[in-house]
Amino acid sequence: MRSRGVRGAARLVPALFLAFAACTEGKQSTLSPEGPIARDIFRLSTVPFLLACGVFVVVEGLLVVALFRFRERRGGPAPVQTHGNTRLEIGWTLAPAIMLAFVAVPTVGRIVSLASTPAGALNVKVFGHQWWWDYQYEDSGVRTANELHIPTDRTVVLKMTSVDVIHSFWVPKLAGKQDVVPGRVNQLMIRADKPGNYYGQCAEFCALSHANMRLRVIAQTPAAYENWVASQQKAATAPSSAAASAGQRAFLTGKCVNCHAVEGTDARRVDPEHAQAPDLTHFASRGTFGSATFVRNDENLRRWLRDPPAMKPGSRMPNYVARHELNVDDIDALVAYMQSLQ
Amino acid sequence: MADAAAVRGGFFSRPRTTSGVWGWITTVDHKRIGILYGVTAAAFFFLGGLESFVIRMQLATPDGHVVDAHTYDQIFTMHGVTMIFLVIMPLGSAFFNFLLPLMIGARDVAFPRLNAFSYWAFLFGGLFLYSSFLFRAAPNGGWFGYAPLSSSQQFNAGPNMAFYALGIQILGIASVASAVNFIVTIVNLRAPGMSFMRMPVFVWMTFVVSFLLVFAMPVIAVALFQLMFDRLFGTNFYNVANGGDPVLWQHLFWLFGHPEVYILILPAMGIVSEVLPVFSRKPLFGYAVVVFSGIAIGFMGWGVWAHHMFAVGLGPVANSAFALSTMFIAVPTGVKIFNWLATLWGGQIRFRTPLLFSIGFIAMFIIGGLSGVTHAIVPSDYQQTDTYYIVAHFHYVLFGGALFGLVSGVYYWYPKIFGRMLSEGLGKIHFWLMLIGFNLTFFPMHMLGLQGMPRRQYTYPKGMGWDLANMVETIGTGVLVLAFGVFLYNLVVSHRRGDVAGDDPWDARTLEWTIPSPPPPHNFDEIPTVHALDDFWHRKYAEDDAGRLVPVAAGGSDEAAVHAEHEDAGHGAHGIHMPDPSWYPALAALGLPFIGYGLVFHRVGLIAVGGILALAGLFGWAFEPSAEEPVAAAAVEE
Repeated sequence: MRSRGVRGAARLVPALFLAFAACTEGKQSTLSPEGPIARDIFRLSTVPFLLACGVFVVVEGLLVVALFRFRERRGGPAPVQTHGNTRLEIGWTLAPAIMLAFVAVPTVGRIVSLASTPAGALNVKVFGHQWWWDYQYEDSGVRTANELHIPTDRTVVLKMTSVDVIHSFWVPKLAGKQDVVPGRVNQLMIRADKPGNYYGQCAEFCALSHANMRLRVIAQTPAAYENWVASQQKAATAPSSAAASAGQRAFLTGKCVNCHAVEGTDARRVDPEHAQAPDLTHFASRGTFGSATFVRNDENLRRWLRDPPAMKPGSRMPNYVARHELNVDDIDALVAYMQSLQ
Repeated sequence: MADAAAVRGGFFSRPRTTSGVWGWITTVDHKRIGILYGVTAAAFFFLGGLESFVIRMQLATPDGHVVDAHTYDQIFTMHGVTMIFLVIMPLGSAFFNFLLPLMIGARDVAFPRLNAFSYWAFLFGGLFLYSSFLFRAAPNGGWFGYAPLSSSQQFNAGPNMAFYALGIQILGIASVASAVNFIVTIVNLRAPGMSFMRMPVFVWMTFVVSFLLVFAMPVIAVALFQLMFDRLFGTNFYNVANGGDPVLWQHLFWLFGHPEVYILILPAMGIVSEVLPVFSRKPLFGYAVVVFSGIAIGFMGWGVWAHHMFAVGLGPVANSAFALSTMFIAVPTGVKIFNWLATLWGGQIRFRTPLLFSIGFIAMFIIGGLSGVTHAIVPSDYQQTDTYYIVAHFHYVLFGGALFGLVSGVYYWYPKIFGRMLSEGLGKIHFWLMLIGFNLTFFPMHMLGLQGMPRRQYTYPKGMGWDLANMVETIGTGVLVLAFGVFLYNLVVSHRRGDVAGDDPWDARTLEWTIPSPPPPHNFDEIPTVHALDDFWHRKYAEDDAGRLVPVAAGGSDEAAVHAEHEDAGHGAHGIHMPDPSWYPALAALGLPFIGYGLVFHRVGLIAVGGILALAGLFGWAFEPSAEEPVAAAAVEE
């Protein structure tokens, strides 16, 4: 009778845990992993989590029982003056130590496996900037920003460094986080099971727009990914409308070209180490801008060009309108040009 | 009166007044310094609490607009700096100061003027840090101040992080000075018969914390000097472009920072170890084990710092080693909890407010300890670190733990300090509000962290599934504001209208309860001789054959002797000479913020002024007479 109750409880706890995980679903949740690396971490975490729950129930339970049973009662007997009990004390020193030893073994195993990269991985260099991400694919030479495209079912090794302060690359559904430190190259493996749009963001405080240093990982089927690579390898398309042409003129004669590149024009790409701003060659192939913080649409782009720091505090791109270095009348044309950069 | 004394005795004569503002400024009495620490920490707690309230208002809803990113970064940085350096550490110091000499049967600490200096350096360091708001330049790089964001003019122009570097440096001077003082006091000034293993656990924890401070503060001092040199003089300790390494800062910071966690929590563990036996009317279960586990935590605390850095990329070997050390520091911590439970077990538990807060400490600290173990599982930590899960964890340790313990101490020793009891009714309301408010505020943070919400962001977007938990947390903060309102009211009202406490209102165990409340300036009319652990208890109670408590009959031999001693001594206090007050500790400490401003704003003149003030203070300190003539003292007395 009693053992059935215990078994029932043992079955109930994981069920509760799953229910908890389900009700805490979210776009960036660590509790709903979507790839084998994040799933391994999640599984490794569940056993100690359940152990911790058990210890919590037992210890807090003992506390409550003690408080209830031994509360002061009128006329109750005077308490026995116990000073200690060596056996008990050795027991409750060893028990947690043994429990922890059981947790320690798989932990060390997983630390090692997460540090060894498999053969045949896709290698991407990642450069952290205040406040955006620059990506350079080692095999195809593709250069893009903030939205990282990966093929499904293939391990991607990110080789990451920072050009300024410390950042941390984190896509919770695909992997744990890894700091992006200037002067070092840190590796992180990510891998996705299914095509999808995975949310992430910088996790190490990097000053004003730390909260706006977001990112996306867009996982595609291998075929779709190859198509994407092929399109990204091309130079930018020439503007086809009058507005876009006017926008391109404004882009190339104004302040934009000091920092941004559009391959196929005079605004040439520079090395990631020296890049000042995201590459815009295929800007309109991305769903977002401003480090995956804003949806790419005409209205948001107009707002951005009028006053970038108002949308993203500390933005390296200043308010050129206020400085009289960007004509308000050019904004619509610039937006048309940006939106034409498929 | 002070002026008259100064004129009569010449330039170096010591002030005589013990009343009024000058009395507080020149005091070297450990009890008054303890009260100064406590009141100052309470004032800073108000500021740190205000900052947390702003944080919670900003984050109550997605895309909050209460403050902008500039302000938010300063507020969250100062919230951390305040609560750690200006609230919990000095609250610990307040108890150390007031209680340490009383608990070991001494008349004061070993170096009373150095003790005063520690307080003034702490106060001026805190004011220096807060004055940065006047320049709209409060520290903005996090309390952890990671380089190169903190060290580079390029990434962080303005004096913000210079205030941080110098402010904490000044506070460090205060901490080291007081730690040395406490160590010497404990080693040298224990009453006859009080061997180390007869010291109250609180004294033991003071001892361990003082050693941690003496070794930890120099580490952060080095790191802060490097930071300051990088900022002010263009050195390259943390500058990657010229071969520096920002990870060095993290090693130094956490090599200080982790022992710092134990500096914050061990005083509260000491308090709980005093409170539980008194209110369960049983000795502390396994005194020796509790003491040794405290010492073990102190030692092991030096070997776990890199668990703050698992995501930095130190490599699998370092991460594994620190994972193991971090797991096993949980063992001595767990031992303490089991010993506290066993102390309650079989007792006669009286649910008075001090006990409620100590129970709150145990109940909440268990949660913080367990979530701490989950960080040691390095791959899990790759997901947890820098998220609200960590924020939840360390608030369960430092608020649910340290602060509950310290508040328990306030309720327990307030009668001794001020001679009046705090209201039990208000105390219980305070406890329940604080417990509920605390859990409402911090428990949902576990979930938020696991749902992927990073720390230190001034805003978050809609649609991430974080809205409800954030709103609940902000409501919890409102409950906490109420709780501390009740506490403040209780503290103020009971000071005038509380029941008169008497010498021993709780039927307690340690020496401070043998003397009047509040204690006279000289503490003990006659230095007690100690025969056992919990000496005072054994004067009141014996054990029968079954080990049950039996009161020693009134007029019994021991009791009578104690009373006789007391009565004699009532007239014998005249012969006791206590250290005279002094101007110079405060003057020497006053120089420190001037040097700080001079360095922050590149004003050599200010540095010179500060240097002269500090030197003048030290000079006067060295050359003032060790005491005024006793004859003159008697004259002033009359």
